[in-house]
Amino acid sequence: MRRDSAITCPGELTGSPRSLCEEITMAFLLKQPSVLPGFGLALGFALLYLSLIVLIPLAGLFMKTATLAWDQFWAAVTDPRTVASYQLTFGASLVAAMINAVFGLIIAWVLARYSFPGKKLLDALIDLPFALPTAVAGITLTAVFSVNGWIGRYLEPWGIKVAFTPFGVLVALTFIGLPFVVRTVQPVLQDLETQIEEAAASLGATRWKTITRVILPEVLPALLTGFTSAFARAVGEYGSVVFISGNMPMRTEITPLLIITKLEQYDYAGATAIAVVMLVVSFALLLLINGLQWWSGRRLAAL
Amino acid sequence: MWFGHFIVSLLILLGISLLQSPARAADTISLLNVSYDPTRELYQEFNAAFAKQWQAKTGQPVAIKQSHGGSSKQARAVIDGLQADVVTLALAYDIDAISDKAALLPENWNTRLPHNSAPYTSTIIFLVRKGNPKGIKDWDDLIKPGVSVITPNPKTSGSARWNYLGAWGYALRKPGGTDAAARAFLTQLYRNVPVLDSGARGATTTFVDRGIGDVLINWENEILLGGKELSRDKFEIVVPPVSILAEPAVSLVDKVVDKKGTRAIAQAYLEHLYSEEGQDIAAKHYYRPRSASVAAKYAERFPKVALFTLNEIAGDWHKTNAIHFADGGLFDQIFQEIARSKQ
Repeated sequence: MRRDSAITCPGELTGSPRSLCEEITMAFLLKQPSVLPGFGLALGFALLYLSLIVLIPLAGLFMKTATLAWDQFWAAVTDPRTVASYQLTFGASLVAAMINAVFGLIIAWVLARYSFPGKKLLDALIDLPFALPTAVAGITLTAVFSVNGWIGRYLEPWGIKVAFTPFGVLVALTFIGLPFVVRTVQPVLQDLETQIEEAAASLGATRWKTITRVILPEVLPALLTGFTSAFARAVGEYGSVVFISGNMPMRTEITPLLIITKLEQYDYAGATAIAVVMLVVSFALLLLINGLQWWSGRRLAAL
Repeated sequence: MWFGHFIVSLLILLGISLLQSPARAADTISLLNVSYDPTRELYQEFNAAFAKQWQAKTGQPVAIKQSHGGSSKQARAVIDGLQADVVTLALAYDIDAISDKAALLPENWNTRLPHNSAPYTSTIIFLVRKGNPKGIKDWDDLIKPGVSVITPNPKTSGSARWNYLGAWGYALRKPGGTDAAARAFLTQLYRNVPVLDSGARGATTTFVDRGIGDVLINWENEILLGGKELSRDKFEIVVPPVSILAEPAVSLVDKVVDKKGTRAIAQAYLEHLYSEEGQDIAAKHYYRPRSASVAAKYAERFPKVALFTLNEIAGDWHKTNAIHFADGGLFDQIFQEIARSKQ
């Protein structure tokens, strides 16, 4: 048995039964020997790359923030205007991700299960929010939803205002998050064989039962991944939102805008302080959702 | 496959040739002018004029590059290492920041050229819908109930600070004007603001293209320039009897010009802004000239406004910024008050 690992255990070469050392090595590697050679080299490279691309810039962020005294930091991140922006950014991102999870699932279902004329076109359309520069998306949405816009003018008599309200922020975040859900759920649904549904039906399951007990558990991990990506993207979104939000302090200012605002006033440390709060909260939420995903995956495996 | 390789090698060749092109004209001296948004056309014309004049005088060809963006964003780029020979920004405060944060130029930079190192000025005026349906003539009309005012966010936009200070100065200089009265005036004014765009161009789009608001507060040079391009049957220019003297300032970036050895030409470049030719070009682009003779020549172009300076109403930029625009400053307090009263 040849293994491309950096660790060599005694007895391995002589063909004796697996030792404790080997068991530990196996557990550590988690996986059986893979086609990619050199675990040590690959791991080293991965860590180096991650450090260069992610960790070093983030460390810089924390170091800049560290130039603030604790009470200055606290004052910067708990300012009423900043707190109002957290509520809007995280609240709207969460709701937008939920909306996308529901409707993204339906769209993915339609694309995976049915064929109809124009399907390819619709499929390509999904990716548009990915590809569109966010500023263009923002300007377009504002034009459409402002009181004189195509849609805005019909909503206005009903008292519904979209542009320059928190609702407008939600619309923009929903727009940019949609592809994340569709593109993660779609392949799973495509792999899910229709026979499974037929089997469920032949065993006497109702349609509702088939959906909740058979299909949903299967797509749930993918759906959660899509939800997470949509949420993470929405939290950091700037370009499309600043145009439609109207940027009113205490009402429609998103947190990334406040960071820009601080930078415009040469308050680098204050800007990074807010950024650190966003980073920590986002990371905690992502960890939570990943944990949820792991849990749902295990539950699925147990079924 | 061969096609992909072909494209890649083509791109590499293109990249190499781009990298090498500056070496070709080694004897050409190059200058970088880092400026703010609305000066693009002004400096295009001015750069050509200066290059011609410099070459005639010294025989040396000069290539001037210009960079435009939000004023404080541009200042930040210079602080972070953009190699600007000269900066020509919307607020003296942004040049102060380059001196404070990175010490690239001396603290007393604004005494090195005439008129506080502001070769041209502008002011703040209004644009309204055709026929002026809300009857807007003066700053007082902006705080009437039912008037919707478009102005950008002073936290992110240099021109919005001038708008804010114009209103502040107007209220302060009214008979019986106090700090408290001026604050109440601004609170009422910002109650009438439905959207705070992040920059002046965005605010113009909101007003002109989206049709939102009854009045747009903006730079005189932007409104007068726009007057040529905007359909005249849809908008009208309203000039208030008093407004603020906005002084966009210019300076050498000492550390950069000394490193590049371009001090002489950069100095000549800035001085040329004060020459008759430079003043004429500024006036052509709707900036108010400092030169009396050029001002007389373009008298028709600039409406009569009684102008007050920043110093008369708020002190220098350091003080102004600390009182009005810093976090927790007057602007923040006004919006907290508006938010409270809406709940």
